[in-house]
Amino acid sequence: MSDNFAKVDAIVKKYDRNPSKLIGILQEAQEVFGYLPEEEMTYLANQLGISPARIFGVATFYAHFTLSPKGKYLIRICDGTACHVKKSSDIIAALFKELGLNEKKLTSDDGLFTIELVACLGACGLAPVMVINEKVHGQMTPDQALALVREIKASEGGN
Amino acid sequence: MSINLENIAASFNERMDQHKYRIMICGGTGCIANGSMEVYEKFQEVIAAKGMSVSVQLDKHESDVVMSCSGCQGFCQRGPLVTIYPEGIFYTKVKASDVEEIVEETLVKGNIVERLLVVDAETQEHIKHVHEVPFYTRQNRIVLENCGHIDARDIEDYIAKGGYVQAKRAVLEMTDEEICQKVLDSGLKGRGGAGFPTGLKWTFARKAVSEKKYIICNGDEGDPGAFMDRSLMEGNPHAVLEGMIIAAMGIGASEGHVYVRTEYPLAVERIKLAADEARRMGFLGDNIFGSGKHFDIFIMEGAGAFVCGEETALMSSIEGKRGMPNPKPPFPANKGLFGYSTTINNVETLASVPIVLAEGSTYGQLGTENARGTKTFALTGNVVNTGLIEVPFGATLRQIIDDIGGGVVDDDGTVKPSNFKAVQIGGPSGGCLTPEHIDLPLDYAGVQKVGAIIGSGGLVVMNHQTCMVQIARFFMQFTQNESCGKCVVCREGTKQMLDLLDDIIEGRADENTIPLLEELAYAVQDGALCGLGKTAPNPVISTLRYFRDEYEDHVFNKHCAAGRCKALANYVINPERCKKCSLCMRTCPNGAISGSREEGYRIDPAKCIKCGACQAACKFGAIEVK
Repeated sequence: MSDNFAKVDAIVKKYDRNPSKLIGILQEAQEVFGYLPEEEMTYLANQLGISPARIFGVATFYAHFTLSPKGKYLIRICDGTACHVKKSSDIIAALFKELGLNEKKLTSDDGLFTIELVACLGACGLAPVMVINEKVHGQMTPDQALALVREIKASEGGN
Repeated sequence: MSINLENIAASFNERMDQHKYRIMICGGTGCIANGSMEVYEKFQEVIAAKGMSVSVQLDKHESDVVMSCSGCQGFCQRGPLVTIYPEGIFYTKVKASDVEEIVEETLVKGNIVERLLVVDAETQEHIKHVHEVPFYTRQNRIVLENCGHIDARDIEDYIAKGGYVQAKRAVLEMTDEEICQKVLDSGLKGRGGAGFPTGLKWTFARKAVSEKKYIICNGDEGDPGAFMDRSLMEGNPHAVLEGMIIAAMGIGASEGHVYVRTEYPLAVERIKLAADEARRMGFLGDNIFGSGKHFDIFIMEGAGAFVCGEETALMSSIEGKRGMPNPKPPFPANKGLFGYSTTINNVETLASVPIVLAEGSTYGQLGTENARGTKTFALTGNVVNTGLIEVPFGATLRQIIDDIGGGVVDDDGTVKPSNFKAVQIGGPSGGCLTPEHIDLPLDYAGVQKVGAIIGSGGLVVMNHQTCMVQIARFFMQFTQNESCGKCVVCREGTKQMLDLLDDIIEGRADENTIPLLEELAYAVQDGALCGLGKTAPNPVISTLRYFRDEYEDHVFNKHCAAGRCKALANYVINPERCKKCSLCMRTCPNGAISGSREEGYRIDPAKCIKCGACQAACKFGAIEVK
């Protein structure tokens, strides 16, 4: 744990202990820890001289932050207007079914996949769009989406 | 020490002239998703294998061939895009496996690889050059001109196109008053949605008394279906920075912030790099352009909140708080970021500033009387050529959808000109245009008259298989999700409106539903705190205005003509198509299908739960939705 606190210290130092840079600090913390763990965030509040409530207030306000660990593969499915018109909802339904997920439960039991629905990835020319860990897949169909997920499952199962 | 931009431009051009060929590969988000970076690497590998020397533009080496990586060229539907200069040969949908042939035929032998060219939809002729492609020739690309023609990572490329000349003039030669007046005279209005005259906004800030002043570039492009600002930040980030320097001189700001959506990682990367480069050249930081003045720009990544596009919310976010709007007044020009005078401009507005400031600029002569210049639009949805376009204000939907967009695509793949049901304009704050508006000149006032807004420029084309109640619900769901929760009217009002729309879609609505929905819509419009809340009901109001019949059909006949509302769907088996295989009966989870191989099968509407499983299972398309 003290190890993690040292990591928080390093981030705080980089941002000059400046609470007005909280969003950048949380972004970096999430990159380090994969999510925003409660104990480390309380420690961070102490270091910045602000209340933990303010940190959790900010962390829960923005869609980008998460308070629980995410899957190894983050699948972001775009449900922006252009993707919606091109039937992204069919892709969402197919992947929810495949991974046993729903709108309330977004990380699979094996910890491999997290599905995130995003409002627009700005790649509307390629609608519908899905992003798996930064790699953008355009003009998707439910079948192609399932194939990608099954491919990952197979490669993970092989290890 | 003064910086000589002409020398930088001349030495850049001289160096580029040494290369026999320049290969420009589109490195916008769309093309990268389609594999343009693999194409970029493959070119280097194959060219070297053919015995020619090849270099990457940023390395600035001498070689036969130089590889450049541009920002979004707009023609996303046809990506990855490859242009070979000096001739400008334009190849589309290029895959890594095509590279060998391109290098051998075009670079070595000087031939054209015809199958990769764009084909003119009317004449069926192959189009060889980028400057002859109708998608581009029918536009007026001014703000976007350099997007796709320069390597966004190379500051010298931008300087060679005349970049930073206006910033230098603004810093060294013009007074703040002259700058503001010049922008005011140009008629430039904010491109982010509200359409407020930029010169006026700057004048307020210029006259404001404040110890410190800020300029903020709003790159929190949250409207789903819009990516104009992303493309500009990716493709021509220096134009945005130049606009900010000019703005800073106009209002007297010493610090600038660019707020970019975190969903745009490439835009974040490119604009950060651009700011570093500009600082290295002495255009930012202390003593900019040798003037003794100080101005610097910081880049901040958002964290995924639509409401942060609202200026007071955006400032809260930069201050490290929850991004919630505050009531105006005080206006940001008087009391903004950290309590100081702040001016917030949209990305496209700032990128237009160097253009309008240039001597003899004709930009202001384009467009209409109340909206001068051009506007970029993100053309998406059921249209052949999806992508990023730029047209003068006053252009019509017919020009945009048919001439540039190549017509409307139906769900079965047929393409017909002008065959749209509606065009959603202006995102969640906007409204619908219908076929009756096909020849309406698009400008701020004209579009507002018919109940929509130009907005930031999202144009989503919808075909006849689209259910307008579902579209209204889609936007309501979006604004409800993104409502920050500060004011009750927006937080609860949008929730209730969403519930009412669900009632309509799921067959629970009665004669009171639509009047109640309308009443609530106007209440939210009147009572919400910020611009986003006030405009949240617009998609509902607008679809009710033009598609009331469709709403009433849902409410009174429990029928969705587009067949998109599952709960209202009536699944029936078409006996002419049915091959009596019994697959549907075996698939049905609720035992609603009965019959035999001899007599055929029937769906019992009382038992049917409208899950659509039978339709998905049928191999003969015999199950239809009535």
